[in-house]
Amino acid sequence: MKETTLTVKHKVGLHARPAAKFVKAAKQFDSKIQISNITRGGDRVSAKSLVSLVKIAVACGHQVHITADGSDEDQAIEALTEFIVNTMEEQP
Amino acid sequence: MTRMQGIAASNGIAIGPAFLYRVELPDIPVRSDADPTEELERFEQSVDAVRTHLESIKERKRGQMHADNFEILDVQKELLSDEEYGDKIRTLIQHQGRNAEAAVQEVTEAVVTEFSMLEDEYFRQRAADVADLGNRLIRNLMEIADVDLGDLTEPVVLLAHDLSPSDTIGFELDKVAAMCTEAGSSTSHTAIVARSIGIPAVVGVGTIDVREGATIILDGNEGVAIADPDDATLAEYHERKTRDEKRREELLAKAAAPAITADDVHIHCVANVGSVDSARTAAEYGADGIGLLRSEFLYLERPRLPDEEEQYTAFSQIADCLPDTTVVVRTLDVGGDKSVPSIRMPKEENPFLGHRAIRLTLEEPDLFEPQIRALLRTAADRDVRIMLPFVSTLTELRTAREKIGTIHASMTAQGTAVCDRPKIGIMIEIPSAAVIADAFAREADFFSIGTNDLCQYTMAADRTNEKVAELANFLDPAVLFLIKRSIDAAQNAGIPVAMCGEMAGSVIATPLLLGMGLREFSMSPSQLPEIKDAVRRLAVEDCRPLVDTCLQCATASDVRDILQDFLDSR
Repeated sequence: MKETTLTVKHKVGLHARPAAKFVKAAKQFDSKIQISNITRGGDRVSAKSLVSLVKIAVACGHQVHITADGSDEDQAIEALTEFIVNTMEEQP
Repeated sequence: MTRMQGIAASNGIAIGPAFLYRVELPDIPVRSDADPTEELERFEQSVDAVRTHLESIKERKRGQMHADNFEILDVQKELLSDEEYGDKIRTLIQHQGRNAEAAVQEVTEAVVTEFSMLEDEYFRQRAADVADLGNRLIRNLMEIADVDLGDLTEPVVLLAHDLSPSDTIGFELDKVAAMCTEAGSSTSHTAIVARSIGIPAVVGVGTIDVREGATIILDGNEGVAIADPDDATLAEYHERKTRDEKRREELLAKAAAPAITADDVHIHCVANVGSVDSARTAAEYGADGIGLLRSEFLYLERPRLPDEEEQYTAFSQIADCLPDTTVVVRTLDVGGDKSVPSIRMPKEENPFLGHRAIRLTLEEPDLFEPQIRALLRTAADRDVRIMLPFVSTLTELRTAREKIGTIHASMTAQGTAVCDRPKIGIMIEIPSAAVIADAFAREADFFSIGTNDLCQYTMAADRTNEKVAELANFLDPAVLFLIKRSIDAAQNAGIPVAMCGEMAGSVIATPLLLGMGLREFSMSPSQLPEIKDAVRRLAVEDCRPLVDTCLQCATASDVRDILQDFLDSR
């Protein structure tokens, strides 16, 4: 299993469209991918579900913990880190 | 025949079939012994239909809407295959023998409940997107005419409980002949939208109990809605409608000409607009300029703030709809009853008395600076002025002026094309500003009296609360006193003064305002022809004596009687 902890710096956090894109990115992998919002505390949920992602309400400045478990766990963590750090940062 | 009395919110008469917007669904049968294969097939068919439908809305709206406005549609499409939504529905059907519509309802309700409990406003609002999606699926499954405004072939009378900006943004407005809502007042969103596109509206009619497609007569002049009219009534209203349209056409034909009073005083009749579309309508209706551009439309239904470039493009487009005129842009006015997703606003006990408009933007460079930069650039080769909303102290005006000065200086230093000197004015909408209008007039470049807020704050009556809205009357002598005071202060200081509230577009108030010395009236585009016509019939000299008479009245109804008598005698 691979894991990482990241801070979401995107101004409006991880919701709606960014969240939908994040889910799309996560769905490309076979691994089981889960995410939790460390700042708010609470559930570890599937990163492949938009409903789950909205429920953990990741806002700007929140820390998230992502885990991936499966054949492509390395690539999954890499791609999702890239998404949160770079893709989302490009959108001011 | 059912007759409903409400508030006349936008003039005109329309007759058309009822279109119930987001009505309650009928009772949904719940079964636990349905055939899974059959039900699953039905569900997948409805998913396909809804997906195609969402695609078609997106296709139709492409180019008309900012990309961020597609967000809701994208989110809904994603939900259809979500493991916690679409997949959960599939599971219920497969393993619990649930019929498709019951499964959709069950899962939709669960998700909506969970979302509604979230602390964060923007996340919480997603509940409406899920509810809307569930509604579409169920309508499709139950074969309830899944009419969408875009699919309509003839214009309808739209009936709803109440409409918010996120509702109306998806409308194909050329298919809406008129609007009628159960709730609301003459300054609610429905009223503003109807007036800006020039269709009749009646709001606040109470419970609407009408079947889809029933014939509705909507009289926006009298505030009356009639469902299933008898033949005689229908004939009478067809005749009224023809007369009304003829009169409006006559007025419209004369709308482009300037409004000059019988004693030769030129009155500027300008428009309140909140989008490129309404600016075009304003031009058609003969606006002499834009007296109030509400910049909030740039912030609706999108998670990110608009950047400088986007604002510059929008302001330029709007200003260019009315070339060679003055365009007054109000800086972002959120808070109170107006919230936008990209700005986090903590819940307040009294949002109407809270951290809103200029109080908020002056503290948030991310909100203030890009907007000011965009405005200064738009003003480089156009007469674009900056109006600050909700100013209550001189310090706010001074701080804003200083900040704008700094931004202007740095842009000039960078060689960016900006105006020579920014013109900065204020809204007079808080009683404190009206009381010390003299002091403000020495430092502001112009005034615009916002009567909607001025009334509600002077009378301490929430204009969105039907029970007390009546108190917030612009003809109340206390309000008139503050208006007079503001106009006098501006005139003594030699700065322009306009009015941009509902009062400016109300014929009943026109003679009194002319008498007070007001020379610039800013209103919804559809009100322009009528006000211009009223101005042309009046002489300022005759109106002057009305000022003292009205200010000496004890009540708003006395003032109304005097003004009505005056108008009737012309």
